[in-house]
Amino acid sequence: MPKDGGIGAPTRRREDVRFLTGTGQYSDDMNVYGQTVAVFARSTVANGVIKSIDTSAAAAMPGVLAVFTGEDFVDVGGNPAGWLINSRDGEPMKEPKRPVLAHGKVRHVGDAYAAVIAETTEQAKDAVEAIEVDIEELPAVVNMKDALSSTNYVHDEIGTNQCFDWGWIEDNRAATDAAIKGAHHVTTLELVNNRLVPNAMEPRCSMAQYNRANDEYTLHTTSQNPHLTRLLISAFVLGIPENKLTVIAPDVGGGFGSKIYHYGEEALVLAAAKKIGRPVKWTSDRTEAFLTDAHGRDHVTTIELALDAEGKFLAFRTETMANVGAYLSNFSTATPTFLHGTLMAGNYTVPNVYVNVKAVFTNTAPVDAYRGAGRPEATFSLERVIDKAAREIGMDPIELRRKNFIKPDQYPFASAAGLEYDSGNYDALMDQMEKVADVAGFEARRKASEKNGKLRGFGVNAYIEACGIAPSNLVGVLGSRVGLYDAATVRVNATGNLSVMVGAHSHGQGHETAFPQVVAEMLGIDPQSIDIVHGDTSKIPFGMGTYGSRSLAVCGSAVVRATEKIINKAKKIAAHMLEASDGDIELTDGVFSVAGTDKSVTFGEVALKAYIPHEFPLEDIEPGLEETAFYDPANFTYPSGAYCCEVEVDPDTGKVSVERMTAVDDFGNVINPMIVTGQVHGGLGQGIGQALLENTTYDENGQLLSASYMDYVMPRADDLPFYTVDHSQGNACTHNPLGVKGCGEAGAIGSPPTVVNAVIDALQSGGKNVTHIDMPMTPHRVWSAMQNA
Amino acid sequence: MYAFDIERPATVAEAAAALGNEDAQALGGGQTLIPTLKQRLASPEKLVSLTGVAEMQGITSNGGTLTIGGAVTHADVAGDGSYKALSELASNIGDPAVRNRGTIGGSLANNDPSACYPAAALASGATIVTNTREIAADDYFVGLFETALDEGEIITAVKFPIPQKANYQKFLQPASRFALVGVFVAVTADGVRVAVTGASNEGVHRWTAAEDALSANFSADALDGLSVSADDLIADLHGSAEYRAHLVAVMTKRAVAAAS
Ligand SMILES: Cc1cc2nc3c(=O)[nH]c(=O)nc-3n(C[C@H](O)[C@H](O)[C@H](O)COP(=O)(O)OP(=O)(O)OC[C@H]3O[C@@H](n4cnc5c(N)ncnc54)[C@H](O)[C@@H]3O)c2cc1C
Repeated sequence: MPKDGGIGAPTRRREDVRFLTGTGQYSDDMNVYGQTVAVFARSTVANGVIKSIDTSAAAAMPGVLAVFTGEDFVDVGGNPAGWLINSRDGEPMKEPKRPVLAHGKVRHVGDAYAAVIAETTEQAKDAVEAIEVDIEELPAVVNMKDALSSTNYVHDEIGTNQCFDWGWIEDNRAATDAAIKGAHHVTTLELVNNRLVPNAMEPRCSMAQYNRANDEYTLHTTSQNPHLTRLLISAFVLGIPENKLTVIAPDVGGGFGSKIYHYGEEALVLAAAKKIGRPVKWTSDRTEAFLTDAHGRDHVTTIELALDAEGKFLAFRTETMANVGAYLSNFSTATPTFLHGTLMAGNYTVPNVYVNVKAVFTNTAPVDAYRGAGRPEATFSLERVIDKAAREIGMDPIELRRKNFIKPDQYPFASAAGLEYDSGNYDALMDQMEKVADVAGFEARRKASEKNGKLRGFGVNAYIEACGIAPSNLVGVLGSRVGLYDAATVRVNATGNLSVMVGAHSHGQGHETAFPQVVAEMLGIDPQSIDIVHGDTSKIPFGMGTYGSRSLAVCGSAVVRATEKIINKAKKIAAHMLEASDGDIELTDGVFSVAGTDKSVTFGEVALKAYIPHEFPLEDIEPGLEETAFYDPANFTYPSGAYCCEVEVDPDTGKVSVERMTAVDDFGNVINPMIVTGQVHGGLGQGIGQALLENTTYDENGQLLSASYMDYVMPRADDLPFYTVDHSQGNACTHNPLGVKGCGEAGAIGSPPTVVNAVIDALQSGGKNVTHIDMPMTPHRVWSAMQNA
Repeated sequence: MYAFDIERPATVAEAAAALGNEDAQALGGGQTLIPTLKQRLASPEKLVSLTGVAEMQGITSNGGTLTIGGAVTHADVAGDGSYKALSELASNIGDPAVRNRGTIGGSLANNDPSACYPAAALASGATIVTNTREIAADDYFVGLFETALDEGEIITAVKFPIPQKANYQKFLQPASRFALVGVFVAVTADGVRVAVTGASNEGVHRWTAAEDALSANFSADALDGLSVSADDLIADLHGSAEYRAHLVAVMTKRAVAAAS
């Protein structure tokens, strides 16, 4: 290992120095000469017909440079869905146009129907107030069940509120039905996977510049994947040629999925910058973030689990309604389907799985992938119904899970939901979890809590997820309209330091520290001599960005491939310098030597030679030392884990406090254990937030009641316990060169069912026959459940 | 935010004169008013900052009465300690930034139905001192965000008779961390007073049935069997009226048990 840490070293995150000292450069920190401000006029009603918009008074206000309405964008394309889903009857999903600005109709509170460009924010806001708009309010479509039977359509032109009715796997349906019919015991559970607002610390921001001299655009924007944003703007929305558009996502303060997508505000500032010939910046305020960032989750599910007399799982059958909101966001159709349905076999040998998902349009903000994206929904349904089943048949919940786990000798394992798991050991995870969580000591802790008048509960959970999305060939068959490879260029400079251009985008993941560890390990050089370059389409070959815990597994693998090419070429150069043959050159600790001799050159000497190629065999080797690789994985990766937690419930008030939380994960090989632990911590915070606190609520008129921090409950430090996080039980991924699986989402996937299971256990221990409480389990909900039990 | 002028008077008299202008508004710590302005929900032409008025600063204790200047911050009340239950209450308002700027005068003038100070003032039988008169707490709190203050009237101080025993129990609204229900119990020379905040559509109010029971027997058991009606209590996404009614009883018991 290189002296300052290669693979496996808990190196401190180098990027944190600039984040913690206030020198990070976020999109809103970019200020350029002549910059102007965009402010949007947004609908205050959830559903309405735009009868008229008169912008003349606004346009005449001081400082106003331009006013745009939906009319200005009727001739440009819509923001597309990235994944085609076909319904069970073979019909393709309904894809109503998502325009840059609402035209004809507004479809959710916050839907932008006009924008003002002005010299200052206050002038733009004044002008927005001066826009005379006549919107005839219509009844809002909010509840999914009502939406499916209503003739009040979010999009009149499609004549339904159902986007698709998807079955997975349709051929398994009859067998699943039969297995449930003939089963010894069937457990049924109806549950809600609550809608979440992403709440990245940095709100969205987009700043566009247009250069008339060469007809080029530059967009600084808060994006998790600048290349995809460029592609969508170029190919679908504005038609700007890709080679005339640079998209830069500089430091980005969190995304959690919400910044994967292209949003209309990005197209608006680009069009406006060209029209007025000056840079245009829009920065979301927190209210806009609540109303317009793509939300997460929002499923309503009925799940059935069929068991035989011994507790063996025979079938899972799921019916889900998934809210897609008012418009299809880029991955909104993939999230409730292929990122959810394919995981519905969980960690289990269950032979029959059938999933039905109906996606529903409503007059609410668009819903798309949010940390975990489909997999938390799958895990929550499975692990809640398993827990309920354990209670019903009187079996210990850990024992019931173990009875049905896939065993280590069964890999590769073809799951009943259509995936091929490559590696894992769920019993070992459970063993480790029982040990580090001191499960044996729980009863004593429960007694101590009871003495203090509190009900204590224990909850357990096992999860598997599919990460590192994904093999392009496979996702292509499944309807993806994009490839899901990634790319990296390793550039060795003449003086021996390196720039590594990566398609992954770091917005909290620590790539700037972890990726150099990989390259340093391979080359045997100091990681501090390696810098990561990301987030700029003009500097990076290509990239599909960061989400789905894919950065290291996919982009990191591209980095490995490119570094291998570097080593190959460097060996040739070294062989030339040492007058030996390529095959005899060995690379150890940054030194190339001829095997069996004391002849050697350092990595730095080789780099210099590559750029000062005097006496160079130009017929065999080109000058320079720079290599690019694209990597497309052979399969998803399959992180898995065993989680448990202990909660205390105050029986007088219903307040839940999480006392202990343990996460034991199999992430395969771990490059930087400290970063991995941090990622799990963050995920656990979000998962506990979903389970106990985060309460996105629309009223029947489609008004978002929880549209500020006065009502939307973000987890705070004192809502969370100290965590026990363990990733000692790694089983290397079998198909990527690093053997890594991905750790970014696990905490948010594994924790919500764990917390709910623990609360149910606590209430049962207090003699309350409560079998389920929907998230968030607010004090009020828990108290109400106790009253009714 | 719309543009406005700001004045920084040094005396109560200057402040009152400045507030005589119809479109002028008092500015305390700005913790409620500034966010309102930022959202363009108010558009005063002139703000009259009260924090530089020397007469409105300072905390003095005299013969069992604590007098707190109208522009004293929550942090200063928290740090004072001569009326323990009141200092504890102040130390749990908002976060450090809010406590370092927010003032007792601003809080009582605003009379948010979920705010903490109104419960303390009402339970303690405090007197609200203004630039023109003194108002007993029982006459001061009129309703939701409504008080007995006239237009432009300034809270210059608040006088708290220090009770024999008191305690404030606040059940947090989990997002804002104002009181979902807060109960202040004070044992005074004239009997026990119980004030409830966060619960009612009418704003802060006294729970007289509990006061009678506790005046006869100051113990949590004395409240057994007593309950408040859910009629006219607040119902929102954090709790129903019934839940709030239940919490009033729970928090009152806890306040009695913790009173010192
Ligand atoms: C994040 C956050 C959390 C909070 N949590 C709590 C909490 O837990 N409990 C709680 O009780 N409060 C809470 N608050 C409110 C806080 O206590 C405010 O400081 C208080 O409500 C207003 O006081 P201020 O001095 O900031 O007044 P300002 O915001 O300046 O003014 C409020 C109103 O009072 C008027 N005013 C101000 N001073 C006077 C005066 N001396 N005489 C007459 N009128 C005056 C103003 O004109 C205005 O109408 C919180 C606030 C925030 C931002």
